[in-house]
Amino acid sequence: MEEILRVENLRKTFVLSKKQQRLEKTKEKTKKAVDGISFTAYRGEVFGLLGPNGAGKTTTLRMLATLIRPDEGDALIEGISVCKDPAGVRERIGFLTSELKLEEFFTPNYLFDFFAELHDVDPEIRDRRKKELFAKFGIDEFAEVKVANLSTGMKQKVSLVISIVHDPDIIIFDEPTNGLDVLTARVVTDFLLDLKNEGKSILVSTHIFSLVEKICDRIGIIINGKMVLCDALENVTRGESLEDRFFEIYRETAGELK
Amino acid sequence: MSDRRAGTGRKKKGGNIWAVARKEFARFFRDPKMVFGTLLLPGLLIYVLYSIMGDGIMEQFTAEDTEPAAVYVENEPASLKEALGALSFQMLSQEGKTEEGLKEEIQNKEAELYVVFPESFDEKIAAYDSQTASEPAPNVEIYYNSASNESRAAYEAVAAVLDQYESHLANKFDVNSAQSGGVYDLATKEDVTGQMFSMLLPMLMMIFLFTGCMAVAPESIAGEKERGTIATLLVTPIKRSELAIGKVLSLSVISLLSGVSSFLGTMLSLPKLMGSASGMDASVYQISDYLLLLAVILVSVLIIVSLISIISAYSRSVKEANTAVVPLMVVVMFIGITSMFGTGAPENPALYCIPLYNSVQSMNGIFSFHYNPMNIGITLVSNLVWTVLLIYVITRMFNSEKIMFSK
Repeated sequence: MEEILRVENLRKTFVLSKKQQRLEKTKEKTKKAVDGISFTAYRGEVFGLLGPNGAGKTTTLRMLATLIRPDEGDALIEGISVCKDPAGVRERIGFLTSELKLEEFFTPNYLFDFFAELHDVDPEIRDRRKKELFAKFGIDEFAEVKVANLSTGMKQKVSLVISIVHDPDIIIFDEPTNGLDVLTARVVTDFLLDLKNEGKSILVSTHIFSLVEKICDRIGIIINGKMVLCDALENVTRGESLEDRFFEIYRETAGELK
Repeated sequence: MSDRRAGTGRKKKGGNIWAVARKEFARFFRDPKMVFGTLLLPGLLIYVLYSIMGDGIMEQFTAEDTEPAAVYVENEPASLKEALGALSFQMLSQEGKTEEGLKEEIQNKEAELYVVFPESFDEKIAAYDSQTASEPAPNVEIYYNSASNESRAAYEAVAAVLDQYESHLANKFDVNSAQSGGVYDLATKEDVTGQMFSMLLPMLMMIFLFTGCMAVAPESIAGEKERGTIATLLVTPIKRSELAIGKVLSLSVISLLSGVSSFLGTMLSLPKLMGSASGMDASVYQISDYLLLLAVILVSVLIIVSLISIISAYSRSVKEANTAVVPLMVVVMFIGITSMFGTGAPENPALYCIPLYNSVQSMNGIFSFHYNPMNIGITLVSNLVWTVLLIYVITRMFNSEKIMFSK
């Protein structure tokens, strides 16, 4: 199998503000968000990152998307280092997180063209992709409506489409169904399956077990900033439900870490 | 598709700068409220307000448009009959009225003046010699109401006639006598306009430019941070420097247009505000003066937009940015005031390396027709250098996760 992503000993520590110290009920001035995570993903597979809130999933993905820099370690995406050539990495990935928003003043049509230009997509290819993707997600109907006037589901569809405007080979989704109603969540799940069928490599973080069971080939479980398990889905579940196995692993690991 | 990915990677230099700038322009120019509020309204409001103020001031001091003042004169001397008659007052008879009643009429603004000459005024002043007299000079009493514009104007007119008559009685010499028909004030229209414009406009211009920048820069940077849309841009291959340059350039153009709108409103209405007798006329400036001014304004806008962008990038919300920008506005206003003092634009070239101060002094020089082209050149070049440095700082800030993703 061709390696598409290699994460090596990633570490990230945040300085906590006084407000964050109060919220986290700690007197520690720093917090290790990611503590030496390593894993590998292969071309054409869906790799799921599982873990409770605050485990370090989002921080890991943000480092891979080059939004933040690792304190230590590195990650290679198609052989390109996130530390040494972040712009090169950004050309190769699609990244979607609920924290990334679209400018509400513009229409989906305008935004698609704008992001296509930033990714240097040829106008002819851009128009063809726009036609396909807009038709697939039903965006045609509201392509000229300002994002401000769209429902949450419509906005999520537009965000999804824009994240892959440049047809990247590796796509990173952080909690893609978070906060969505069941209908939109289903659209997102189907979209991920389509991408998988197209042979795209997907890295997805979530805490929705059914989604993982449906689409992931391999998973990594992150607890307290550490990768405690990384294996093929069937090797992790061993015939049990993923949810039961996760809590079993969580109890064992969190207990050890405490 | 010939390429595996649709995106072909690194694009030609500057391509993304133009893409970002176009987006900012689209954001601004496609919003009619924003265009009206930022570009048209400031100039229009300034023009209308200054014109109304000018008309109001003119109305207050133009006697022709008002009714003739109602004046009571007691013991009117023959020597002043002609001079007082020339004032076009409505002379009223005080028959049957008491002194108190007449004063009450003036208090109630029913009449404008009550002038009381001593009896036998002409004889008394003929007999009076200020060198030898032991008694005070004959006193003319003029009762008026300073709260009434008409009464005050009538008082000043009568007092002027009496002063002139008094001078005439002991006339030894005149100073710039109107009768000689000479023109003694040798100031040209350029001088008058230059003096007034160079005092007021640099400060006003800096305020207009600053408010123009304030209307767009915090929204574009702190606003995008607050809404999470800037992070969406940061995960694309765009370089942080391209993002910074694209934003600063587009915001500068919009701010420049806003500043020019206010400037035009001021230039066109200032002569009206100062009155037609002031001799001010914006047409005394040549096209080359305006072009030079535009160049100075442009580099000033670049500096102001860059400074506000830095403050906005540090801020977590538009509200926070607007609050943080206020001290800078005070500094800019303070620098603007420097054009009102001193003896015109300074000659020392080193002073023209100080951003914003150099803009004010260059504008001062251009408006007063006394500028050194080398100093204007230093202003343009130094401000461009400062802008490059500030853009570098913004780029570093866009690269800083602590600044861009602070909560």
